[in-house]
Amino acid sequence: MAIHSRTLRIFGKHWMKPLTLIALLLPGAWIFGNWALMLAYLPHEMGFNPVEYTHRFLGDTAIRVLLVTLLVTPVRDITGWAPIILIRRRIGMAAFFYAALHILAYLWLDKMWSLAALWEDVLLRQYITFGMASFALLIPLALTSTNTAIRKLGRQTWQRIHYLIYPLAILAVLHHYFMVKGFQIEPLVHGGILAVLLLWRVVKWVGPVFTKKSATA
Amino acid sequence: MKFTRNPRYQDLRNEVADEHAFFNRRQALRAAGVATAGIALTTGVACSEPQQGGPTGTSAGSAHPKPGAGIEASPTKWKVSDDTTPEDAVTGYCNFYEFGTQKTDPPRYADAMTVSPWSIAVTGMTDAPGTYTVNDLVDYDALEERIYRHRCVEAWSMVVPWVGVPLAGIIDKLKPTAEAKYVEFETYLNKDEMRGVRYPVIDWPYIEGLRLDEARNELSFMAVGVFGKAMPKQNGAPLRTVVPWKYGFKGCKSIVRISFTDKEPRTAWNKANANEYGFYSNVNPNVDHPRWSQASERIIGGRGFNPRRETDMFNGYEAQVAHLYEGMDLTKNF
Repeated sequence: MAIHSRTLRIFGKHWMKPLTLIALLLPGAWIFGNWALMLAYLPHEMGFNPVEYTHRFLGDTAIRVLLVTLLVTPVRDITGWAPIILIRRRIGMAAFFYAALHILAYLWLDKMWSLAALWEDVLLRQYITFGMASFALLIPLALTSTNTAIRKLGRQTWQRIHYLIYPLAILAVLHHYFMVKGFQIEPLVHGGILAVLLLWRVVKWVGPVFTKKSATA
Repeated sequence: MKFTRNPRYQDLRNEVADEHAFFNRRQALRAAGVATAGIALTTGVACSEPQQGGPTGTSAGSAHPKPGAGIEASPTKWKVSDDTTPEDAVTGYCNFYEFGTQKTDPPRYADAMTVSPWSIAVTGMTDAPGTYTVNDLVDYDALEERIYRHRCVEAWSMVVPWVGVPLAGIIDKLKPTAEAKYVEFETYLNKDEMRGVRYPVIDWPYIEGLRLDEARNELSFMAVGVFGKAMPKQNGAPLRTVVPWKYGFKGCKSIVRISFTDKEPRTAWNKANANEYGFYSNVNPNVDHPRWSQASERIIGGRGFNPRRETDMFNGYEAQVAHLYEGMDLTKNF
Protein backbone atom coordinates (compact mmCIF):
# COMPACT_ATOMS: atom_id res chain seq x y z
CA MET A 1 0.00 0.00 0.00
CA ALA A 2 2.87 2.31 0.91
CA ILE A 3 4.55 1.58 -2.41
CA HIS A 4 1.29 2.20 -4.14
CA SER A 5 0.88 5.68 -2.64
CA ARG A 6 4.49 6.62 -3.39
CA THR A 7 3.99 5.50 -6.97
CA LEU A 8 0.91 7.65 -7.07
CA ARG A 9 2.87 10.64 -5.79
CA ILE A 10 5.54 10.35 -8.48
CA PHE A 11 3.17 9.77 -11.35
CA GLY A 12 0.53 12.02 -9.86
CA LYS A 13 -3.22 12.07 -9.78
CA HIS A 14 -3.59 15.00 -12.10
CA TRP A 15 -3.18 14.22 -15.80
CA MET A 16 -0.50 16.92 -16.12
CA LYS A 17 1.86 15.19 -13.72
CA PRO A 18 2.75 12.08 -15.76
CA LEU A 19 2.89 14.15 -18.96
CA THR A 20 5.30 16.64 -17.36
CA LEU A 21 7.43 13.81 -16.00
CA ILE A 22 7.73 12.24 -19.45
CA ALA A 23 8.58 15.59 -21.05
CA LEU A 24 11.24 16.24 -18.42
CA LEU A 25 12.79 12.82 -18.94
CA LEU A 26 13.10 13.22 -22.72
CA PRO A 27 16.38 15.22 -22.75
CA GLY A 28 17.90 12.67 -20.37
CA ALA A 29 16.72 9.82 -22.58
CA TRP A 30 18.28 11.59 -25.58
CA ILE A 31 21.72 11.97 -24.01
CA PHE A 32 21.80 8.51 -22.40
CA GLY A 33 20.62 6.99 -25.67
CA ASN A 34 23.39 8.71 -27.57
CA TRP A 35 25.98 7.66 -25.02
CA ALA A 36 24.81 4.07 -25.39
CA LEU A 37 25.07 4.28 -29.19
CA MET A 38 28.54 5.83 -28.98
CA LEU A 39 29.86 3.28 -26.50
CA ALA A 40 28.50 0.53 -28.76
CA TYR A 41 30.47 2.16 -31.64
CA LEU A 42 27.21 2.90 -33.45
CA PRO A 43 26.38 6.15 -35.26
CA HIS A 44 25.16 8.83 -32.87
CA GLU A 45 24.11 12.47 -32.94
CA MET A 46 26.84 13.98 -30.76
CA GLY A 47 29.27 14.92 -33.51
CA PHE A 48 33.06 14.64 -33.27
CA ASN A 49 33.42 16.04 -29.77
CA PRO A 50 30.92 14.08 -27.69
CA VAL A 51 32.41 15.39 -24.45
CA GLU A 52 31.76 18.99 -25.45
CA TYR A 53 28.34 18.00 -26.79
CA THR A 54 27.48 16.38 -23.46
CA HIS A 55 28.52 19.44 -21.46
CA ARG A 56 26.62 21.84 -23.69
CA PHE A 57 23.53 19.67 -23.90
CA LEU A 58 23.22 19.08 -20.15
CA GLY A 59 24.03 22.73 -19.35
CA ASP A 60 21.54 24.06 -21.90
CA THR A 61 18.90 21.65 -20.65
CA ALA A 62 19.45 22.69 -17.01
CA ILE A 63 19.15 26.40 -17.86
CA ARG A 64 16.11 25.91 -20.09
CA VAL A 65 14.28 23.75 -17.56
CA LEU A 66 15.11 26.37 -14.93
CA LEU A 67 13.54 29.04 -17.14
CA VAL A 68 10.44 26.86 -17.57
CA THR A 69 10.24 26.58 -13.75
CA LEU A 70 10.17 30.38 -13.58
CA LEU A 71 7.44 30.47 -16.23
CA VAL A 72 4.93 28.46 -14.19
CA THR A 73 3.83 31.24 -11.81
CA PRO A 74 3.33 33.90 -14.53
CA VAL A 75 1.30 31.41 -16.56
CA ARG A 76 -0.88 30.68 -13.53
CA ASP A 77 -1.38 34.38 -12.78
CA ILE A 78 -2.14 35.26 -16.37
CA THR A 79 -4.45 32.34 -17.17
CA GLY A 80 -5.83 31.98 -13.67
CA TRP A 81 -5.45 28.21 -14.08
CA ALA A 82 -4.39 27.17 -10.58
CA PRO A 83 -3.66 23.41 -11.13
CA ILE A 84 -0.57 24.25 -13.19
CA ILE A 85 1.25 24.91 -9.92
CA LEU A 86 1.12 21.14 -9.31
CA ILE A 87 3.91 20.59 -11.84
CA ARG A 88 6.26 23.37 -10.67
CA ARG A 89 8.12 21.26 -8.15
CA ARG A 90 8.98 18.48 -10.59
CA ILE A 91 10.18 20.96 -13.18
CA GLY A 92 12.42 22.62 -10.61
CA MET A 93 13.72 19.23 -9.48
CA ALA A 94 14.47 18.32 -13.11
CA ALA A 95 16.54 21.53 -13.42
CA PHE A 96 18.46 20.39 -10.34
CA PHE A 97 19.05 16.90 -11.69
CA TYR A 98 20.25 18.16 -15.09
CA ALA A 99 22.57 20.67 -13.40
CA ALA A 100 23.90 17.87 -11.18
CA LEU A 101 24.45 15.62 -14.21
CA HIS A 102 26.21 18.53 -15.97
CA ILE A 103 28.67 18.87 -13.08
CA LEU A 104 29.14 15.11 -12.69
CA ALA A 105 29.89 14.79 -16.41
CA TYR A 106 32.47 17.58 -16.12
CA LEU A 107 34.01 15.99 -13.05
CA TRP A 108 34.14 12.61 -14.76
CA LEU A 109 35.11 13.41 -18.36
CA ASP A 110 37.37 16.45 -17.83
CA LYS A 111 38.55 16.30 -14.23
CA MET A 112 38.95 12.52 -13.88
CA TRP A 113 36.98 12.65 -10.60
CA SER A 114 39.56 14.99 -9.06
CA LEU A 115 37.68 17.26 -6.67
CA ALA A 116 40.91 19.23 -6.16
CA ALA A 117 41.08 19.99 -9.89
CA LEU A 118 37.42 21.00 -9.86
CA TRP A 119 38.01 23.31 -6.89
CA GLU A 120 40.98 24.87 -8.70
CA ASP A 121 38.65 25.64 -11.61
CA VAL A 122 36.10 27.19 -9.25
CA LEU A 123 38.78 29.51 -7.87
CA LEU A 124 40.50 30.26 -11.20
CA ARG A 125 37.82 30.38 -13.86
CA GLN A 126 35.19 33.04 -13.49
CA TYR A 127 32.50 31.25 -15.49
CA ILE A 128 32.95 28.09 -13.40
CA THR A 129 32.74 30.19 -10.24
CA PHE A 130 29.37 31.48 -11.45
CA GLY A 131 28.19 28.04 -12.45
CA MET A 132 29.15 26.37 -9.17
CA ALA A 133 27.68 29.23 -7.13
CA SER A 134 24.45 28.80 -9.05
CA PHE A 135 24.40 25.05 -8.34
CA ALA A 136 25.29 25.59 -4.66
CA LEU A 137 22.20 27.80 -4.31
CA LEU A 138 20.10 25.20 -6.08
CA ILE A 139 20.93 22.50 -3.49
CA PRO A 140 18.87 23.93 -0.57
CA LEU A 141 15.95 24.40 -2.94
CA ALA A 142 16.09 20.77 -4.01
CA LEU A 143 16.44 19.59 -0.39
CA THR A 144 13.39 21.55 0.73
CA SER A 145 11.19 20.50 -2.17
CA THR A 146 9.11 18.09 -0.12
CA ASN A 147 5.79 18.51 1.61
CA THR A 148 7.44 17.63 4.93
CA ALA A 149 10.04 20.38 4.49
CA ILE A 150 7.38 22.95 3.71
CA ARG A 151 5.40 21.88 6.80
CA LYS A 152 8.45 21.97 9.08
CA LEU A 153 9.82 25.28 7.80
CA GLY A 154 6.49 27.03 7.55
CA ARG A 155 5.25 28.45 4.31
CA GLN A 156 6.97 31.84 4.78
CA THR A 157 10.47 30.56 5.60
CA TRP A 158 10.15 28.05 2.77
CA GLN A 159 9.16 30.84 0.38
CA ARG A 160 12.10 33.00 1.51
CA ILE A 161 14.55 30.16 0.83
CA HIS A 162 13.03 29.60 -2.58
CA TYR A 163 13.53 33.23 -3.60
CA LEU A 164 17.12 31.97 -4.15
CA ILE A 165 15.94 30.82 -7.56
CA TYR A 166 16.24 34.41 -8.84
CA PRO A 167 19.95 34.99 -8.07
CA LEU A 168 20.85 31.43 -9.04
CA ALA A 169 19.11 31.75 -12.40
CA ILE A 170 21.07 34.96 -13.07
CA LEU A 171 24.30 33.17 -12.08
CA ALA A 172 23.47 30.26 -14.40
CA VAL A 173 22.97 32.57 -17.39
CA LEU A 174 26.18 34.48 -16.54
CA HIS A 175 28.01 31.13 -16.41
CA HIS A 176 26.84 30.43 -19.95
CA TYR A 177 27.55 33.97 -21.17
CA PHE A 178 31.14 34.02 -19.89
CA MET A 179 31.82 30.51 -21.20
CA VAL A 180 31.25 31.21 -24.91
CA LYS A 181 33.85 32.74 -27.23
CA GLY A 182 33.06 36.10 -28.83
CA PHE A 183 29.61 37.64 -29.06
CA GLN A 184 27.19 34.72 -29.28
CA ILE A 185 23.44 34.78 -29.42
CA GLU A 186 22.35 31.77 -27.35
CA PRO A 187 23.25 32.97 -23.83
CA LEU A 188 21.73 36.34 -24.73
CA VAL A 189 18.46 34.64 -25.66
CA HIS A 190 18.46 32.81 -22.32
CA GLY A 191 19.30 36.10 -20.59
CA GLY A 192 16.51 37.92 -22.43
CA ILE A 193 13.92 35.33 -21.43
CA LEU A 194 15.14 35.43 -17.83
CA ALA A 195 14.97 39.24 -17.84
CA VAL A 196 11.33 39.13 -18.98
CA LEU A 197 10.44 36.54 -16.32
CA LEU A 198 12.12 38.61 -13.58
CA LEU A 199 10.70 41.92 -14.78
CA TRP A 200 7.25 40.40 -14.78
CA ARG A 201 7.69 39.68 -11.03
CA VAL A 202 9.04 43.16 -10.34
CA VAL A 203 5.96 44.65 -11.98
CA LYS A 204 3.73 42.24 -10.04
CA TRP A 205 5.28 43.22 -6.68
CA VAL A 206 6.01 46.89 -7.23
CA GLY A 207 3.06 47.70 -9.49
CA PRO A 208 0.40 47.56 -6.72
CA VAL A 209 2.49 49.97 -4.57
CA PHE A 210 2.21 52.63 -7.26
CA THR A 211 -1.46 52.05 -8.00
CA LYS A 212 -2.20 52.27 -4.26
CA LYS A 213 -0.26 55.56 -4.01
CA SER A 214 -1.96 57.08 -7.01
CA ALA A 215 -5.32 55.97 -5.62
CA THR A 216 -4.73 57.76 -2.31
CA ALA A 217 -3.20 60.83 -3.92
CA MET B 1 19.65 45.61 -34.16
CA LYS B 2 19.69 45.94 -37.89
CA PHE B 3 22.69 45.13 -40.03
CA THR B 4 22.74 46.57 -43.47
CA ARG B 5 25.04 45.15 -46.06
CA ASN B 6 26.86 47.16 -48.59
CA PRO B 7 25.18 46.05 -51.84
CA ARG B 8 28.30 47.01 -53.76
CA TYR B 9 30.57 44.76 -51.73
CA GLN B 10 31.07 42.24 -54.51
CA ASP B 11 31.66 45.01 -57.03
CA LEU B 12 34.16 46.62 -54.71
CA ARG B 13 36.03 43.34 -54.45
CA ASN B 14 36.13 43.01 -58.21
CA GLU B 15 37.49 46.52 -58.49
CA VAL B 16 40.67 45.42 -56.79
CA ALA B 17 42.08 45.08 -60.29
CA ASP B 18 41.83 48.83 -60.60
CA GLU B 19 43.70 49.20 -57.35
CA HIS B 20 46.47 47.18 -58.94
CA ALA B 21 46.63 49.61 -61.85
CA PHE B 22 46.62 52.45 -59.35
CA PHE B 23 49.58 51.08 -57.47
CA ASN B 24 51.53 50.61 -60.65
CA ARG B 25 50.79 54.14 -61.79
CA ARG B 26 52.04 55.54 -58.51
CA GLN B 27 55.24 53.55 -58.82
CA ALA B 28 55.66 54.54 -62.42
CA LEU B 29 55.38 58.17 -61.39
CA ARG B 30 57.86 57.69 -58.60
CA ALA B 31 60.32 55.96 -60.92
CA ALA B 32 60.01 58.66 -63.56
CA GLY B 33 60.20 61.59 -61.16
CA VAL B 34 61.99 61.82 -57.84
CA ALA B 35 63.70 58.47 -57.93
CA THR B 36 67.34 57.88 -57.23
CA ALA B 37 68.98 55.15 -59.24
CA GLY B 38 68.43 52.59 -56.45
CA ILE B 39 64.70 53.24 -56.11
CA ALA B 40 64.31 53.31 -59.85
CA LEU B 41 65.82 49.84 -60.00
CA THR B 42 63.52 48.31 -57.37
CA THR B 43 60.39 49.99 -58.67
CA GLY B 44 61.30 48.94 -62.14
CA VAL B 45 61.20 45.35 -60.97
CA ALA B 46 57.96 46.01 -59.06
CA CYS B 47 56.30 47.41 -62.15
CA SER B 48 56.83 44.33 -64.21
CA GLU B 49 56.15 41.77 -61.46
CA PRO B 50 52.38 42.02 -60.90
CA GLN B 51 51.78 41.99 -64.63
CA GLN B 52 53.48 38.63 -64.90
CA GLY B 53 51.51 37.21 -61.99
CA GLY B 54 48.26 39.16 -62.01
CA PRO B 55 44.89 37.96 -63.25
CA THR B 56 45.66 39.25 -66.75
CA GLY B 57 48.99 37.43 -66.75
CA THR B 58 49.96 34.16 -68.35
CA SER B 59 48.84 31.91 -65.51
CA ALA B 60 45.37 33.44 -65.22
CA GLY B 61 43.91 30.91 -67.64
CA SER B 62 44.53 27.94 -65.35
CA ALA B 63 41.91 28.04 -62.61
CA HIS B 64 42.59 26.46 -59.22
CA PRO B 65 40.84 23.12 -58.68
CA LYS B 66 37.32 23.01 -57.26
CA PRO B 67 36.91 22.06 -53.58
CA GLY B 68 37.10 18.31 -53.20
CA ALA B 69 38.88 17.71 -56.53
CA GLY B 70 41.85 15.37 -56.28
CA ILE B 71 45.28 17.05 -56.22
CA GLU B 72 48.74 15.53 -56.39
CA ALA B 73 51.17 16.16 -53.56
CA SER B 74 54.53 14.71 -52.64
CA PRO B 75 55.07 13.38 -49.11
CA THR B 76 57.40 15.26 -46.75
CA LYS B 77 59.23 14.59 -43.50
CA TRP B 78 56.45 16.42 -41.61
CA LYS B 79 54.48 13.70 -39.84
CA VAL B 80 52.91 13.10 -36.45
CA SER B 81 53.30 9.74 -34.70
CA ASP B 82 49.63 9.68 -33.66
CA ASP B 83 46.89 8.51 -36.02
CA THR B 84 45.59 10.97 -38.59
CA THR B 85 42.15 12.28 -37.65
CA PRO B 86 39.35 10.77 -39.80
CA GLU B 87 38.49 12.93 -42.79
CA ASP B 88 34.84 13.31 -41.80
CA ALA B 89 35.92 14.80 -38.46
CA VAL B 90 38.32 17.29 -40.10
CA THR B 91 35.68 18.42 -42.56
CA GLY B 92 32.73 18.08 -40.16
CA TYR B 93 34.00 19.79 -37.01
CA CYS B 94 35.12 23.29 -37.92
CA ASN B 95 35.43 26.75 -36.50
CA PHE B 96 34.68 29.20 -39.30
CA TYR B 97 32.50 31.73 -37.50
CA GLU B 98 31.54 33.48 -40.74
CA PHE B 99 29.18 30.53 -41.23
CA GLY B 100 28.01 30.27 -37.62
CA THR B 101 29.46 29.51 -34.21
CA GLN B 102 28.48 25.83 -34.05
CA LYS B 103 31.09 23.34 -35.23
CA THR B 104 28.52 21.88 -37.63
CA ASP B 105 27.58 25.25 -39.16
CA PRO B 106 30.53 25.58 -41.60
CA PRO B 107 30.03 22.10 -43.14
CA ARG B 108 26.33 22.88 -43.43
CA TYR B 109 26.45 26.41 -44.81
CA ALA B 110 29.85 27.03 -46.41
CA ASP B 111 28.61 25.68 -49.72
CA ALA B 112 27.12 29.13 -50.43
CA MET B 113 30.62 30.66 -50.66
CA THR B 114 31.91 31.51 -54.15
CA VAL B 115 35.51 30.35 -54.40
CA SER B 116 36.03 30.65 -58.14
CA PRO B 117 37.06 33.06 -59.51
CA TRP B 118 39.20 34.10 -56.59
CA SER B 119 41.62 36.98 -56.24
CA ILE B 120 44.05 37.97 -53.53
CA ALA B 121 44.95 41.65 -53.13
CA VAL B 122 48.54 42.23 -52.09
CA THR B 123 49.06 45.64 -50.48
CA GLY B 124 51.23 47.63 -48.10
CA MET B 125 55.02 47.56 -47.83
CA THR B 126 55.76 45.46 -50.87
CA ASP B 127 57.52 45.84 -54.17
CA ALA B 128 54.98 43.53 -55.81
CA PRO B 129 51.54 44.95 -54.98
CA GLY B 130 48.59 43.94 -57.07
CA THR B 131 45.90 41.37 -57.51
CA TYR B 132 46.83 37.73 -57.72
CA THR B 133 45.02 34.52 -58.53
CA VAL B 134 45.51 31.39 -56.42
CA ASN B 135 47.64 29.93 -59.21
CA ASP B 136 49.87 33.01 -59.17
CA LEU B 137 50.77 32.29 -55.56
CA VAL B 138 50.64 28.49 -55.48
CA ASP B 139 52.45 26.20 -57.89
CA TYR B 140 50.10 23.23 -58.17
CA ASP B 141 52.92 21.15 -59.66
CA ALA B 142 54.97 21.50 -56.48
CA LEU B 143 52.45 20.64 -53.76
CA GLU B 144 53.60 19.00 -50.56
CA GLU B 145 51.68 16.98 -48.02
CA ARG B 146 52.44 17.88 -44.43
CA ILE B 147 50.83 16.08 -41.53
CA TYR B 148 50.63 18.57 -38.70
CA ARG B 149 48.95 18.48 -35.33
CA HIS B 150 46.25 21.16 -35.24
CA ARG B 151 45.71 22.49 -31.70
CA CYS B 152 42.68 24.71 -31.18
CA VAL B 153 42.69 27.37 -28.45
CA GLU B 154 39.52 25.62 -27.19
CA ALA B 155 41.76 22.77 -25.96
CA TRP B 156 41.12 20.16 -28.62
CA SER B 157 43.39 18.83 -31.33
CA MET B 158 43.44 16.90 -34.59
CA VAL B 159 46.14 15.42 -36.83
CA VAL B 160 45.62 16.86 -40.31
CA PRO B 161 47.29 15.99 -43.64
CA TRP B 162 47.44 19.42 -45.26
CA VAL B 163 48.38 19.92 -48.91
CA GLY B 164 50.05 23.15 -49.98
CA VAL B 165 53.29 25.05 -50.35
CA PRO B 166 55.68 26.66 -47.86
CA LEU B 167 54.49 30.15 -46.94
CA ALA B 168 58.08 31.42 -47.18
CA GLY B 169 58.06 30.93 -50.95
CA ILE B 170 54.90 33.03 -51.30
CA ILE B 171 56.32 35.76 -49.07
CA ASP B 172 59.43 35.86 -51.27
CA LYS B 173 57.28 36.08 -54.39
CA LEU B 174 55.41 39.05 -52.91
CA LYS B 175 58.60 41.00 -52.13
CA PRO B 176 58.01 42.72 -48.81
CA THR B 177 60.18 45.82 -48.46
CA ALA B 178 62.99 46.08 -45.90
CA GLU B 179 60.74 48.09 -43.52
CA ALA B 180 58.04 45.40 -43.45
CA LYS B 181 58.03 43.47 -40.15
CA TYR B 182 54.63 41.79 -40.25
CA VAL B 183 52.30 40.13 -42.69
CA GLU B 184 48.56 40.49 -42.32
CA PHE B 185 45.90 38.17 -43.79
CA GLU B 186 42.24 38.91 -44.35
CA THR B 187 39.40 36.41 -44.82
CA TYR B 188 36.72 36.76 -47.49
CA LEU B 189 33.59 38.54 -46.29
CA ASN B 190 30.23 38.40 -48.03
CA LYS B 191 27.01 38.86 -46.11
CA ASP B 192 24.97 37.10 -48.81
CA GLU B 193 27.08 33.97 -48.68
CA MET B 194 28.09 33.87 -45.01
CA ARG B 195 25.15 33.64 -42.67
CA GLY B 196 27.26 33.93 -39.54
CA VAL B 197 28.37 37.50 -40.22
CA ARG B 198 24.82 38.74 -39.60
CA TYR B 199 25.86 38.64 -35.94
CA PRO B 200 28.75 40.75 -34.62
CA VAL B 201 30.46 37.71 -33.07
CA ILE B 202 33.75 39.44 -33.81
CA ASP B 203 34.63 42.56 -35.77
CA TRP B 204 34.39 41.31 -39.38
CA PRO B 205 36.31 40.77 -41.60
CA TYR B 206 38.57 38.20 -39.93
CA ILE B 207 42.13 39.48 -39.72
CA GLU B 208 45.18 37.43 -38.77
CA GLY B 209 48.86 38.21 -38.79
CA LEU B 210 52.37 36.93 -38.23
CA ARG B 211 55.78 38.42 -37.68
CA LEU B 212 57.63 38.08 -40.98
CA ASP B 213 60.25 35.77 -39.48
CA GLU B 214 57.41 33.55 -38.22
CA ALA B 215 55.79 33.57 -41.67
CA ARG B 216 59.14 32.58 -43.20
CA ASN B 217 59.71 29.74 -40.74
CA GLU B 218 59.99 26.37 -42.45
CA LEU B 219 56.77 25.16 -40.75
CA SER B 220 54.52 27.98 -41.97
CA PHE B 221 52.36 26.66 -44.74
CA MET B 222 49.88 27.91 -47.30
CA ALA B 223 47.39 25.05 -47.61
CA VAL B 224 45.20 24.58 -50.68
CA GLY B 225 43.98 21.12 -49.80
CA VAL B 226 43.59 18.38 -47.24
CA PHE B 227 43.45 14.57 -47.55
CA GLY B 228 44.76 14.82 -51.12
CA LYS B 229 41.82 16.94 -52.26
CA ALA B 230 41.44 20.63 -52.96
CA MET B 231 40.43 22.48 -49.79
CA PRO B 232 36.76 22.05 -48.78
CA LYS B 233 34.98 25.37 -48.31
CA GLN B 234 34.39 24.82 -44.60
CA ASN B 235 38.13 24.41 -44.04
CA GLY B 236 39.01 27.67 -45.79
CA ALA B 237 38.90 27.18 -49.57
CA PRO B 238 40.65 28.01 -51.77
CA LEU B 239 43.71 28.81 -49.69
CA ARG B 240 44.49 29.23 -46.01
CA THR B 241 47.50 29.53 -43.79
CA VAL B 242 48.54 26.80 -41.34
CA VAL B 243 50.88 27.75 -38.49
CA PRO B 244 51.14 24.52 -36.51
CA TRP B 245 52.96 25.79 -33.40
CA LYS B 246 50.22 28.35 -32.78
CA TYR B 247 46.57 27.92 -31.82
CA GLY B 248 44.39 27.12 -34.81
CA PHE B 249 42.79 30.54 -35.09
CA LYS B 250 46.18 32.00 -36.10
CA GLY B 251 45.62 30.30 -39.43
CA CYS B 252 43.62 32.54 -41.75
CA LYS B 253 41.00 30.88 -43.98
CA SER B 254 39.79 31.88 -47.46
CA ILE B 255 42.39 34.62 -47.87
CA VAL B 256 41.48 37.66 -50.00
CA ARG B 257 44.19 40.07 -48.88
CA ILE B 258 47.84 39.81 -47.88
CA SER B 259 49.43 43.03 -46.58
CA PHE B 260 52.90 43.84 -45.36
CA THR B 261 53.29 46.32 -42.53
CA ASP B 262 55.74 47.58 -39.91
CA LYS B 263 53.07 47.59 -37.18
CA GLU B 264 51.74 44.55 -35.32
CA PRO B 265 48.45 43.70 -37.06
CA ARG B 266 45.25 44.20 -35.08
CA THR B 267 44.04 40.63 -35.32
CA ALA B 268 40.37 39.70 -35.02
CA TRP B 269 40.42 37.73 -31.77
CA ASN B 270 42.89 40.10 -30.19
CA LYS B 271 40.50 42.98 -30.90
CA ALA B 272 37.59 40.94 -29.52
CA ASN B 273 39.36 40.09 -26.26
CA ALA B 274 43.00 41.11 -25.80
CA ASN B 275 43.23 39.40 -22.38
CA GLU B 276 42.40 36.02 -23.84
CA TYR B 277 43.90 36.04 -27.33
CA GLY B 278 47.38 37.52 -27.68
CA PHE B 279 49.05 38.35 -30.97
CA TYR B 280 51.45 35.43 -30.65
CA SER B 281 49.07 32.74 -29.37
CA ASN B 282 51.77 30.09 -29.42
CA VAL B 283 50.61 26.73 -28.10
CA ASN B 284 51.84 26.74 -24.52
CA PRO B 285 50.69 24.24 -21.86
CA ASN B 286 52.12 26.50 -19.13
CA VAL B 287 50.07 29.59 -19.95
CA ASP B 288 46.38 29.04 -19.37
CA HIS B 289 43.59 30.70 -21.22
CA PRO B 290 41.95 32.90 -18.55
CA ARG B 291 38.86 30.67 -18.69
CA TRP B 292 40.34 27.22 -19.11
CA SER B 293 43.54 25.21 -18.77
CA GLN B 294 45.79 24.70 -21.78
CA ALA B 295 47.77 21.90 -20.11
CA SER B 296 45.92 19.17 -21.99
CA GLU B 297 43.65 18.76 -24.99
CA ARG B 298 40.75 16.61 -26.14
CA ILE B 299 41.49 14.46 -29.16
CA ILE B 300 38.83 14.85 -31.84
CA GLY B 301 37.52 12.01 -33.96
CA GLY B 302 38.23 8.96 -31.84
CA ARG B 303 35.71 6.36 -30.77
CA GLY B 304 33.80 6.80 -27.54
CA PHE B 305 34.35 9.78 -25.28
CA ASN B 306 37.26 11.87 -26.51
CA PRO B 307 40.52 10.80 -24.89
CA ARG B 308 42.83 13.59 -23.66
CA ARG B 309 46.53 14.12 -24.26
CA GLU B 310 49.06 16.40 -22.62
CA THR B 311 49.64 19.52 -24.68
CA ASP B 312 53.21 19.90 -25.98
CA MET B 313 55.17 23.16 -25.83
CA PHE B 314 54.80 24.88 -29.21
CA ASN B 315 52.49 21.97 -30.08
CA GLY B 316 55.51 19.70 -30.41
CA TYR B 317 57.44 21.98 -32.78
CA GLU B 318 59.77 23.49 -30.17
CA ALA B 319 62.92 22.50 -32.09
CA GLN B 320 61.82 24.44 -35.17
CA VAL B 321 60.44 27.59 -33.56
CA ALA B 322 61.75 28.17 -30.02
CA HIS B 323 64.55 30.40 -31.40
CA LEU B 324 61.93 32.85 -32.72
CA TYR B 325 61.01 33.81 -29.17
CA GLU B 326 64.41 33.85 -27.45
CA GLY B 327 64.48 36.38 -24.64
CA MET B 328 60.74 36.92 -24.76
CA ASP B 329 58.52 36.43 -21.73
CA LEU B 330 55.94 34.02 -23.13
CA THR B 331 53.61 34.65 -20.18
CA LYS B 332 53.38 38.31 -21.20
CA ASN B 333 53.62 37.70 -24.94
CA PHE B 334 51.01 34.96 -24.92
